[in-house]
Amino acid sequence: MKKALEQKLGLVDMLEIKCPYCGDRSQNEFSYGGDATVKRPELNSEVNDLEWDSFVYYRDNPRGKHLELWHHISGCRQWFKVHRNTATHEIIQTLEMQEDL
Amino acid sequence: MQNYRTKNGGKIQRDRKISFIFNGKTYFGYKGDTLASALLANGVHLIGRSFKYHRPRGIIAAGVEDANGKVQLFKDNITEPNVNVTEVELVKGLKIESQNCWPSVSFDVWAINNFLNRFFPAGFYYKTFMWPKSFWYKVYEPIIRKAAGMGTASLKPDPDRYEHQYEHCDILVVGSGPSGISSALAAAKNGARVILAEDKSRFGGSLLIDNVTIGNKNGDEWVEEAIAELKSMPNVIIRKRSQVFGYYDHNMLVMFERCKDHLDDPEAYTPRQRLWYIRAKQVILSTGSIERPLVFANNDRPGIMLASSAKEYLKVYGVLTGKKPIIFTNNDTAYETAIEYKNQGMNPIIIDTRNDSEAGIVNEAKKIGIQIKFSYGIANTTGYKKVRSVTVGKLNSNKDGYTNLEEIKCDSVFVSGNWTPTVHLASQSGNKLRYDSNSDTFLPNQSRQKETVIGSANGSMTLEKSLKEGFETGFTLSDAITKNNIPTSIPISDERQYGQHDKFWCMPLPGKKHYKRFVDFQNDVAVSDIQLAVQEGFRSIEHVKRYTTLGMATDQGKTSNLNGLQLVSDLEKKIVPEVGHTTFRPPYTSVTIGTIIGREVGKNYKATRRSPMHKWHEQHEAIFVDAGLWLRPRYYKNNNETLHEASKREALNVRKNVGVCDVTSLGKIDIKGKDSAEFLNRIYTNAFLKLPIGKARYGVMLREDGMVFDDGTTTRISENNFHMTTTTAQAANVLTHLEYYLQIVWPELDVAVVSTTEQWAGASVAGPKSRLLLSKIFPDEDLSNEALPFMGYKEFKFKNTIARIFRISFSGELAYEINVMSDFGELMWKEIISLGKEFNIQPYGTEALSTLRIEMGHVAGSEIDGRTIAYDLALEGMLSQKKDFIGKRSLGRKAFTEEGREKIVGIVPIDKKTSIPEGSQIVKDTNVSLPIPKLGYVSASCWSVEFDNPFSLAIIKDGKNRIGEKLYAVSPLKNISIPVEVVSQHYVDPEGKRVRS
Ligand SMILES: [Zn+2]
Repeated sequence: MKKALEQKLGLVDMLEIKCPYCGDRSQNEFSYGGDATVKRPELNSEVNDLEWDSFVYYRDNPRGKHLELWHHISGCRQWFKVHRNTATHEIIQTLEMQEDL
Repeated sequence: MQNYRTKNGGKIQRDRKISFIFNGKTYFGYKGDTLASALLANGVHLIGRSFKYHRPRGIIAAGVEDANGKVQLFKDNITEPNVNVTEVELVKGLKIESQNCWPSVSFDVWAINNFLNRFFPAGFYYKTFMWPKSFWYKVYEPIIRKAAGMGTASLKPDPDRYEHQYEHCDILVVGSGPSGISSALAAAKNGARVILAEDKSRFGGSLLIDNVTIGNKNGDEWVEEAIAELKSMPNVIIRKRSQVFGYYDHNMLVMFERCKDHLDDPEAYTPRQRLWYIRAKQVILSTGSIERPLVFANNDRPGIMLASSAKEYLKVYGVLTGKKPIIFTNNDTAYETAIEYKNQGMNPIIIDTRNDSEAGIVNEAKKIGIQIKFSYGIANTTGYKKVRSVTVGKLNSNKDGYTNLEEIKCDSVFVSGNWTPTVHLASQSGNKLRYDSNSDTFLPNQSRQKETVIGSANGSMTLEKSLKEGFETGFTLSDAITKNNIPTSIPISDERQYGQHDKFWCMPLPGKKHYKRFVDFQNDVAVSDIQLAVQEGFRSIEHVKRYTTLGMATDQGKTSNLNGLQLVSDLEKKIVPEVGHTTFRPPYTSVTIGTIIGREVGKNYKATRRSPMHKWHEQHEAIFVDAGLWLRPRYYKNNNETLHEASKREALNVRKNVGVCDVTSLGKIDIKGKDSAEFLNRIYTNAFLKLPIGKARYGVMLREDGMVFDDGTTTRISENNFHMTTTTAQAANVLTHLEYYLQIVWPELDVAVVSTTEQWAGASVAGPKSRLLLSKIFPDEDLSNEALPFMGYKEFKFKNTIARIFRISFSGELAYEINVMSDFGELMWKEIISLGKEFNIQPYGTEALSTLRIEMGHVAGSEIDGRTIAYDLALEGMLSQKKDFIGKRSLGRKAFTEEGREKIVGIVPIDKKTSIPEGSQIVKDTNVSLPIPKLGYVSASCWSVEFDNPFSLAIIKDGKNRIGEKLYAVSPLKNISIPVEVVSQHYVDPEGKRVRS
């Protein structure tokens, strides 16, 4: 109950996100997936500790434009990219995974 | 007796008399009244006591801006605290009581605070009750709660229903005053999908009370016609009693609609309130403005009211707030109220702080003989339960003192300190307000979202301007969407003309008196409190707000914010924009918790998932347990069995005969594509490339940080088709995990994944007699160990469908998992039960399932908790040395490879009797000084049916080398310490012979 109340009062699902496959949908259909610019090191490649730690742990926390991953979890189940302003919540653009800014 | 009701007029239904009870006494009002108007019609002004000083307080306004009129409401055995009498419409059966007073509103013990008020300055809670600290909870807090308590919440469940609704529109218009209605009309006629929302029970806003004409009609007639026209249009949703209380990102607005409380005989299915989530392409905020009080000594007595509210009570409800009114103003608008009262035969006296006014309305007042005292202010008031007189004085030239003080008898004071635009929603949207020094108010500036503020909320204080803005904005915004290009012409209007207001609003105290001059009525914040806060060094307006509580609580400073700001800027010798304003936060008005939660209560709190065999379980006395959203049988209760007895019986029967468990809730994922084997080989820690068709394999997945993520079996159905199972808890996360790698990291792989959890019904048939049972179910099939070995897979015909048979085991016994399509699940289950009778089959629930897996030493969710690595769970043998996989690179971390790393073990109490609570800490010695170094914790406990004694799994430091050690399991929660011995995690059949038999 408490969590539900906090969610409702905080209205965490206020964004309207344009899934590249389904169109404009309410945020409660999506889940957030973090920084979209992070690239997993190739399998079987030599990766030093710093590179690996940067991949697993270190993330920028920018105030402003951020390219991030979202997953249309209650829709088409596609991952895609969202270019969003973290300060204003403005969504500048959404892209399919293979597209670049 | 409604002694203060006019003979006629108003919008109430005089033929429908309704009784109500206030503090034990019965009163009458009419249909169309609010509780406030009905009380005032009966001459009742004293409603409650103020928050801090317990001063008598009355109604100061006619809408949501009223700060005082909070009561406890009773109706139909339901009670609700803190409702405002100005917002409750009169219906049958209402009973209200004053709150924040004891023993009664007329005699309140705590009113002594008023005489001790020098001890209750700003920040007094912080200063007084901080020491000694232990006194806060035991002594101070309960006393303050009793003294300052608001209403009492009901302890019963809310009997009402609340609903949520989602709506999209082109244009949402908030507020139905002149600008709101005209913009809605213009937008709707131009083809836009419009929602028009009005907070009050009547449309029209100021047009209901102002003497104006629009297109040769009276204002209220024009409203009626316009609303009728809007209602007739299919592209318009129009709602009254609907408060838009929050403006969120991406033009999402939230509104609550009061659907039921105003109805005398609501239908059974009528929700009490409805919460609307509205996503609008454009928002028009025509939220109007609120009159500010003037600040003067003892300005909080019952009977002192905003001038416009007094006019509203008269024009809408036919109620005289007083018969000997004083009108106290620094501007022209209050003259309207004076003229209305004069027309009712009263003799109002106007006290005006200005030297004079050239406005037409002032001349009109003079002409009809209203007495006006220019350059006067109210220096003080008297009266306890109701104002009895005012002391007025001629303001000296600096306006910091009086000459010629004189007392005037009165029964009401109507004050006007000019108008504050209601900019809350605009500000919530992100509009950075600008200060307008002409009107001394904050006005909307640059819109951040798609919102446009019009009418008096935008500082447009004349009807003509409001209508123009309304029609133009409605057309322009709608045309950008519809491109219909159908403009609506603006009607001609007529209204009174007002001049400039006085910037002077805070009256000096007479002589050296220390009377309270209240700025915030709801929080009892007076001028002296703000002075003190500034004197004590609080500079930021946000700090002053928190220190003094100015503008907090339900009222959110609707009438007090701007006066408070003015005062702070005067004290700091700054201009208001330098001080800035506090943040406007949603909700704008109080919203019930029921409305916010909607239907998500009780069994609707979350979705419920049931297996196809659920009905059978219910019919066979299953006691269910939540497993995520799933309901799973925990045990099947025979007669008066306890959980412990039943689960023991069920588990023992699996070890001796055969049992059947519903495993439908296990996550199932179908994997197809020519790179499926390669994909699984990367996802799992162990090898999957060469898994033969028709074979299952146990697999472990890690997260990239090296922690174990999930486990399960995956079966190769055909060359390019695999059937993966996951734990019930992680099913959704595993699917997301797979999709992440397929879509983002390795899009080149030809693999598709889809959840099939709900497509397959699953039953696990386990026990030494399970093969015998299966040969009954599938008499034509070869079930020998050679034909279907451990970890083998076969498809058999079952009735008219195919059954998938996996020879896998979670219990450690010979076992088969049978999957059929969900529609056949119940049929399969009944077949298993009926053919199993001769082998003494019993269904078993999750409790027995846990017992069986624990004594076998199989890890599950309580061990795979996101903090354990494969080594900790004795799964290091599953980590392939020959290939890379998700998370492998992290396994080299120092902490993961250190000597003495935690490892899973079994523990048995030395007395073989005492059950060890899950979560107990494992320590070496209990007789050492605190804190006792802990070695680990108990992750899962059961009563071993094999050995008939308690057995637990624990994850402890250097567990590998502790087998045979004597330690203690301590549970500080239960205050017990149990001597235990460390044994192997595989308590039963450590060689795993049974599953292979
Ligand atoms: Zn989608």
